[in-house]
Amino acid sequence: MSVSITKANGFAFTEASKAQAEAHIAKYPAGRQTSAVMPLLTIAQEQNDGWLSQPCIEYVAGYLSMPPIRVHEVATFYTMYRLGPVGKQVIEVCTTTPCWLRGSDDIIEACEAELGIKVGQTTPDGQFTLLEVECAGACVNAPVCSIHKKYYEDLDAKSMRQIIKALRAGKTPKAGPQIKRQTSAPAGGLTTLKEIAPAEGRGA
Amino acid sequence: MLSDKDRIFTNLYGTAPWNLKSARARGDWQGTAQLMAKGQDLIIDEIKESGLRGRGGAGFPTGLKWSFMPKDNGGQPAYLVVNADEGEPGTCKDRDIMRHDPHKLIEGSLLAAYAMRATAVYIYIRGEFSEEADILEAAIDEARAAGLLGPDACGSGYDCEIYVHRGAGAYICGEETALIESLEGKKGQPRLKPPFPALVGVYGRPTTVNNVESIAVVPTILRRGAGWFAGLGRTNNTGTKIFCISGHVNNPCNVEEEMGIPMKTLIERHAGGVRGGWENLKAVIPGGSSVPLLPKSICDTVCMDFDSLKDVHSGLGTAAVIVMDKSTDIIKAITRLSKFYAHESCGQCTPCREGTGWMWRVMERLVKGQAEIDEIDMLLDVSYQVEGHTICALGDAAAWPIQGLVRHFRDEIEHRILAFKSQVAAE
Repeated sequence: MSVSITKANGFAFTEASKAQAEAHIAKYPAGRQTSAVMPLLTIAQEQNDGWLSQPCIEYVAGYLSMPPIRVHEVATFYTMYRLGPVGKQVIEVCTTTPCWLRGSDDIIEACEAELGIKVGQTTPDGQFTLLEVECAGACVNAPVCSIHKKYYEDLDAKSMRQIIKALRAGKTPKAGPQIKRQTSAPAGGLTTLKEIAPAEGRGA
Repeated sequence: MLSDKDRIFTNLYGTAPWNLKSARARGDWQGTAQLMAKGQDLIIDEIKESGLRGRGGAGFPTGLKWSFMPKDNGGQPAYLVVNADEGEPGTCKDRDIMRHDPHKLIEGSLLAAYAMRATAVYIYIRGEFSEEADILEAAIDEARAAGLLGPDACGSGYDCEIYVHRGAGAYICGEETALIESLEGKKGQPRLKPPFPALVGVYGRPTTVNNVESIAVVPTILRRGAGWFAGLGRTNNTGTKIFCISGHVNNPCNVEEEMGIPMKTLIERHAGGVRGGWENLKAVIPGGSSVPLLPKSICDTVCMDFDSLKDVHSGLGTAAVIVMDKSTDIIKAITRLSKFYAHESCGQCTPCREGTGWMWRVMERLVKGQAEIDEIDMLLDVSYQVEGHTICALGDAAAWPIQGLVRHFRDEIEHRILAFKSQVAAE
């Protein structure tokens, strides 16, 4: 692409980020590179310790030959872009009605107690940020939270605290349902797909 | 009851691998070239005859939607966009399709794109579904490497590329024109219609936006025939459907069932029943957060399809069944939805931008009972002023839950107001 890329006040893509950015831009027709603004902002955010600074936004604008205000609009419209510094681990607890019905209040309380912070805050050591999010789209496994691209499902206060403890100890807790259960299947045992031969459905 | 042999999503729970080898063992990608050889118009006719209605919430006939696409684009691009921006509270079915059965979606995308004469497919997936998007991309690479996608897909002579586009957290992008704006690299603010996307869509080119489930059922319908699909359920409400049963049930789950299954049967057979028994049921939101709730008296007998639920002033929506037992503070449950809509309003239309916040603030007072009785009617009145007065349906979606609450639980709101008044008087 023949765009001039200036180093906007100290932010610039690494070679690895550039390779990712080019792969995204290649998905769209020639001259439609602005379609890649969302993935590029995501790449910039990941490279910039989890948040988008003004230089990040300006850099992406320059990279895609977009007016900075258009990129700013995008960065402020979508909730996954963070416009201020965050902790190394961002815990996003869903509290929309299906999760609330299954006890998301307890999950928030457990997080606040374990971390010693309130929703929206970051621990003084910069390790954790606690956020409340709107529907995460895993409602039959409610309550859920997401931490660094992984979903932790079927939580209760105890499992939530264990997950935080494990993260604090530098471990990677097992994602998915925290109770004995196969993904979104009923915990009480299968009610369907019991007759499917292994080759067709299961165990293949 | 639907038998397993009539289930489309045989790997719904991910008990088998998602990969191409396993998908082929489940019957995916079998004779795809022969299906394409039927020709574009016959494929569209077959989907029309199957009675398939869009699985993303609105229930528009899928085959009819496809037929709106121009038959001759003069060599210019046209697009199929798959809406995988699943975010309607209660709904989590597309996630399972993408992480456990991605090849159904990919094969369906190829067939649908071919039938509509699209030149490329974009799958717009919500940004939070990071692992699901990774799986989908890997599955697309597998299909491409096997010659099922790309130039001369499946040896059909038709070129098809499928790209995954990740969102970044905005419920409104599930609205088709907002999704198109977002795909073009803008804020997700819905466009005025007309022009409809079938004429002016992505990059100003003809575009059809379909839900993940609508596309993923296409290969099976074409393989087994429109008659098979139309034979399930009833007229105008045909086929199978993935139901997401959440809330106060013993075993929340996703399950594929026949359209029109009685709600009570659905909940008792698959979700282990309502917590504390059916008599402990208070209300159900039958189709995702946007549709009005139903009290137990209606839930006792209502069937789960588009027309049955419309008849009781609700809707099938995405078939996300949110169950609430008698312990639920129903006013608070709906208030949380009002907060959701206020948060997700894109801010473009005044009735929605201002109305959703206003309604939420009144709802917060109603939770405490800190209001006057006639404010209930005022709230209802405002909800009707939001409904139908905005570019997209988010305004309607914010109004309906409140209207449903007042319709069926007005006495409870009034009791709370009176209780608050007497409490204040006593102090």
